[in-house]
Amino acid sequence: MGNILNQIGIENYIFLSVVLFCIGIFGVLYRRNSIIVFMSIEIMLNAVNLLFVAFSTYHQDAQGQVFVFFSMAVAAAEVAVGLAILVSIFRNIGSISIDNLKNLKG
Amino acid sequence: MDINLALLLVLTPFLGFLINVFFGKSLGKTVSGAIGTVAVAISFIVTLVLFNQITSTGKAIEVTLFDWIQISNLKINLGFLLDQLSVLWLLFVTGIGSLIHLYSISYMHDDENMHKFFAYLNLFVFFMITLVIGSNLLVLFIGWEGVGLCSYLLIGFWHKNQDYNDAAKKAFIMNRIGDLGLLIGMFIIGSMFSTLDYATLKTAIAGAANLDVSLLSLAALCLFIGACGKSAQIPLYTWLPDAMAGPTPVSALIHAATMVTAGIFMVTRLNFVFDLATDVQTVIAVIGAITSLVAATIGLVQNDIKKVLAYSTVSQLGLMFLALGFRAYEVAVFHVITHAFFKACLFLGSGSVIHGLHGEQDMRNMGGLRKAMPITFWTMLISSLAISGVPFFSGFFSKDEILLTAFHHSIPLYVVGSVASIMTAFYMFRLMFLTFFKEFRGTEEQKHHLHESGSLITIPLIILAILATFGGLISLPGNSWLNEYLAPLFTKVAGEEHHLGPTEYTLMGVAVLGGLLGILIAYIKYFKQDNVPESDENITGVAKVLYNKYYVDELYDAVFVRPVNSLSKIFRDYVETGLSALVFGLGKVANELSFQGKKLQTGSIGLYLFAFVLGLCAIVSYIFLAQ
Repeated sequence: MGNILNQIGIENYIFLSVVLFCIGIFGVLYRRNSIIVFMSIEIMLNAVNLLFVAFSTYHQDAQGQVFVFFSMAVAAAEVAVGLAILVSIFRNIGSISIDNLKNLKG
Repeated sequence: MDINLALLLVLTPFLGFLINVFFGKSLGKTVSGAIGTVAVAISFIVTLVLFNQITSTGKAIEVTLFDWIQISNLKINLGFLLDQLSVLWLLFVTGIGSLIHLYSISYMHDDENMHKFFAYLNLFVFFMITLVIGSNLLVLFIGWEGVGLCSYLLIGFWHKNQDYNDAAKKAFIMNRIGDLGLLIGMFIIGSMFSTLDYATLKTAIAGAANLDVSLLSLAALCLFIGACGKSAQIPLYTWLPDAMAGPTPVSALIHAATMVTAGIFMVTRLNFVFDLATDVQTVIAVIGAITSLVAATIGLVQNDIKKVLAYSTVSQLGLMFLALGFRAYEVAVFHVITHAFFKACLFLGSGSVIHGLHGEQDMRNMGGLRKAMPITFWTMLISSLAISGVPFFSGFFSKDEILLTAFHHSIPLYVVGSVASIMTAFYMFRLMFLTFFKEFRGTEEQKHHLHESGSLITIPLIILAILATFGGLISLPGNSWLNEYLAPLFTKVAGEEHHLGPTEYTLMGVAVLGGLLGILIAYIKYFKQDNVPESDENITGVAKVLYNKYYVDELYDAVFVRPVNSLSKIFRDYVETGLSALVFGLGKVANELSFQGKKLQTGSIGLYLFAFVLGLCAIVSYIFLAQ
């Protein structure tokens, strides 16, 4: 493990993570389909997870990896709930485009 | 054992109250009345046991339930003190209380809220017992406020009549003024001796070096203001005559026999405080004498049978304070007891008359009831003789002792008291002649229904009449059981004992002649000449002033009530308007802000996400740039 990290270099992991995170952000901002938005959020989440793992190895400290397990478990639960909400929204208004979701208007 | 007895004594009436207030309606009238009566009767029996114990051992029983308040060096127990004075008081509170409860079963039987009436009466007895047996001023204060509350509830018992409600409020507010005095007095005593306990206080005062007598006098004066409120003395007496709006048993129990004597009890209880405040004692004597005279003069011309008795009560209370002012505590207590007997009897008798006439209270519409209501007549006659001071009835002994004491200290106050006594004899027999003699002056229908009241009403009357006759035996001049019984409580001044000499017998003769004179005038005016008091609009001159009670109510109305009303009007119209404008203004500002603010919430999720990312960028760049 340590060898691979040494070969690739910690900064590359950070670049990858930043790129993934920005992809996620732009996905959230530009796409109108709720599922795509959702996937983008997952990408952002995993970018952070990647960073966690990378630094965990870099520091020779398992805590970061433990944290990622928690984060993934929560993400799984969140996906289950979020998709259920999307299904429910689709049944109600026949669309999952976020432009049509205006019920939060004050 | 003692603690159980004391708790039984206090809590039985309270239990009666709880039962009547929660289940009274479903229990039915007779059962509810019986429960109320039995509850008080049990207290009476317990009192007899305690009385027996105290007369045999001669020692006071002290019961401490728990430490109540403990702040730095101030310590107050919730405790009871059952000594000669409190047990004596309990005897007639619970004894007459039981009789009046019994009477009420019949008197209130037509009232739909009878259970409520008994609940209140029981609550009153509970608080009265608390007042009497409390071992410190704070427990006394609980009872003091409690009886005031019950008095308010019972005066306004027929709350559908607005006049009665006003009378109840008047009594309550007048009492509040006095209570403030009592509280201030308590505060001063508490701050001086850091105790409110009677026994501790007594030793503290006795042992205090360089006592601040002027401060103690101020405390005594404040306490006396409290007594003025409760015992209806000038200037706080106007509530008592109005309190007659309540049902007649209430007038008999609360506003004649027990509650109004609480002020006298308090002064007697704190005799060691008042003994040091000689100036205040003079004030008490003067106020007592003036009250007795003023109330007696008003009583001369009243036409409402209960109003006459009410003013008579105020007048008699004044006489008791006259005695208190001369340190003749046992004499005042003696008169409290005899007064409780004959005045309760008179009130219950008037209740019997009112009951027989279906609510008629105006003596001008009575007359000739002697034949229809013989028992009521005879019992009331006995009590009238007693209150007029006719020899060998109870009132003769007690009133005579008060006048005798007054004579030894101050001739002017003696004269005032004697004149008041003559007037008492006059108006009581005016009442008797107008009510029971000559022809009936009411309507034909009332005449048709005239009848003697039932045995539940007449039995208490008979018992009270017997007590009113023989009550004087407890303190015969020269050989007084009462004085010996109460002796442990008071510090005797040397040379104060009166021996029966020629002066005393002369004074007695004068008092008797005065009483007979009053009766004679009443006889000539209302029996021989067959006068009937004029109807309201024909009253003129001095009588009109007296009939309108010296316009004191009008005076108070002009001096206190109306200024307060106009002040509150100012507050309502200006201050409150201003305040509410301010508060509503703040609300409007917040409302407008949020109305504008909600426009930000467009509901467009894309925009929200954009703002979210922008915010995130801002935070991140801030963190990095700040370093």
